[in-house]
Amino acid sequence: MEGSISEFGQYLGAGLACIGLAGAAMGVGNVAGNFLNGALRNPSAAAGQTATLFIGMAFAEALGIFAFLVALLLLFAV
Amino acid sequence: MAEEASEGLAFHPMEPFKIHSLFGEGPIHWYTPTNVTLWMAIGLICMALLLVVGTRGRAIIPSRMQSLAELVYGFIHKMVEDVTGKDGLKFFPYIFTLFLFIVFSNFLGLIPLSFTPTAHIAVTGVLAILVFVTVTVVGFVKNGTHFLGLFWVSSAPLALRPILAVIEVISYFVRPVSHSIRLAGNMMAGHAVIEVFAGFAPVILMSAAVGVLVTPLSVLAVTAMYGLEVIVALVQAYVFTILTCVYLKDALHPGH
Amino acid sequence: METEQQVAEMATDAAHGAAAAVPMPQLDLSTFPNQIFWLCVALVVIYWMLSRIALPRISAVLADRQSTIAGDIAAAEDYKLKAKDAEAAYEKALADARAQAQKIIAETKAEIQKDLDAATAKADTEIAKRATESEARINEIRAGALEAVEAVARDAAAEIVVALGGQADTGALATAVGARVKG
Repeated sequence: MEGSISEFGQYLGAGLACIGLAGAAMGVGNVAGNFLNGALRNPSAAAGQTATLFIGMAFAEALGIFAFLVALLLLFAV
Repeated sequence: MAEEASEGLAFHPMEPFKIHSLFGEGPIHWYTPTNVTLWMAIGLICMALLLVVGTRGRAIIPSRMQSLAELVYGFIHKMVEDVTGKDGLKFFPYIFTLFLFIVFSNFLGLIPLSFTPTAHIAVTGVLAILVFVTVTVVGFVKNGTHFLGLFWVSSAPLALRPILAVIEVISYFVRPVSHSIRLAGNMMAGHAVIEVFAGFAPVILMSAAVGVLVTPLSVLAVTAMYGLEVIVALVQAYVFTILTCVYLKDALHPGH
Repeated sequence: METEQQVAEMATDAAHGAAAAVPMPQLDLSTFPNQIFWLCVALVVIYWMLSRIALPRISAVLADRQSTIAGDIAAAEDYKLKAKDAEAAYEKALADARAQAQKIIAETKAEIQKDLDAATAKADTEIAKRATESEARINEIRAGALEAVEAVARDAAAEIVVALGGQADTGALATAVGARVKG
């Protein structure tokens, strides 16, 4: 297969950027897990906090999406 | 991937996001009817069906469509009231508009071969900037210079406050960026991943031995991703809306 | 299918790679005005539709339902009160009836008692009268019997005196018999 060194860099960089998704996965898992932890201790208070749960998840996830975006930009826009 | 591609596998992860003119091939001007127009119009028709046609009976005992419309109304109404308080309710139509646009775009985008306006950074960017401008204007109109207290964390030690103020200002201006990229990125990512998995499906046409393993796997993966995307479509609309409410609460009550 | 097209694409784009061949449509600035224009149109239409038609209608329906439910609950409360009143009235009527019955029973009992007393008194007097009458007759009969016994004893004594060969003195005999019978 042929290709330039910049193309090599693009693919490599895109792959590396996807490592960031692991962080987002851990973050979202952490939010959900801790929420469940608290919810099981005090189920009556859990219902009022689902909005906070989703906001927390959204913040954690947004950073993963940034990593994904970097990967896409490297692949398609550079 | 490169090897398979040279055999002729088609990966078009960006294909569903292409914008093309509906009639003819000409250049896309700002007024050209495109597939953006088409799918926004379809979304509008669905909204009208749900919220206008569905509720035309005004029944005390609602029909299915009417109770669905009332459910959505109640959901957003309660969210606005819970998060922003009673005085946020005058922004309810505005927030409901955002929610409906996003949720219908997201769900219609799940139809194969359709187009998702919310996967485009231009669209979500405008939505996020609208929210940002609204929040900022409302904040200054309601609270005047007190709104700047949002950046001056009075509970922190005095020495730390300038540093915190810088961080708060930056995070305030990053809000529309993360707000829009979260939605567009989620939509784009899900659709692109489905597209990539779907690209593996025709392997069986080229090599029966490999295809026996790969094709069912890719179909399974597409199905699983589709299920995830259904959840994501709703959750992202919810998140966008509730973050709008949270920002609005900051503007209405900057003290707490 | 698409595969052939892709092969052709790959052949033509081999020089600058697949990446450059498919740029991100999201970053194609030439389509931005179009998207933004149509988004604004869509948002304005949605906002108009919601604020003019849908939201007032739904909130009116919800308010209607709320008032209907409240009205129904009030009516139910009313009916409950009425039922309570009716129950109280029923209880009162029952108690009245019971008291009335009690009174009638008492009156009847008293009347019966009076009749009974009167009858008893009459019977008692009758009995007393009869008893005195009977006593009188018994006394009469007893007196008669005593006289008869005396007469028989006198006669018997006179006969005995005659049989013994004496001369019966009627006067002496009578006193003697009288003393004996009395003794």
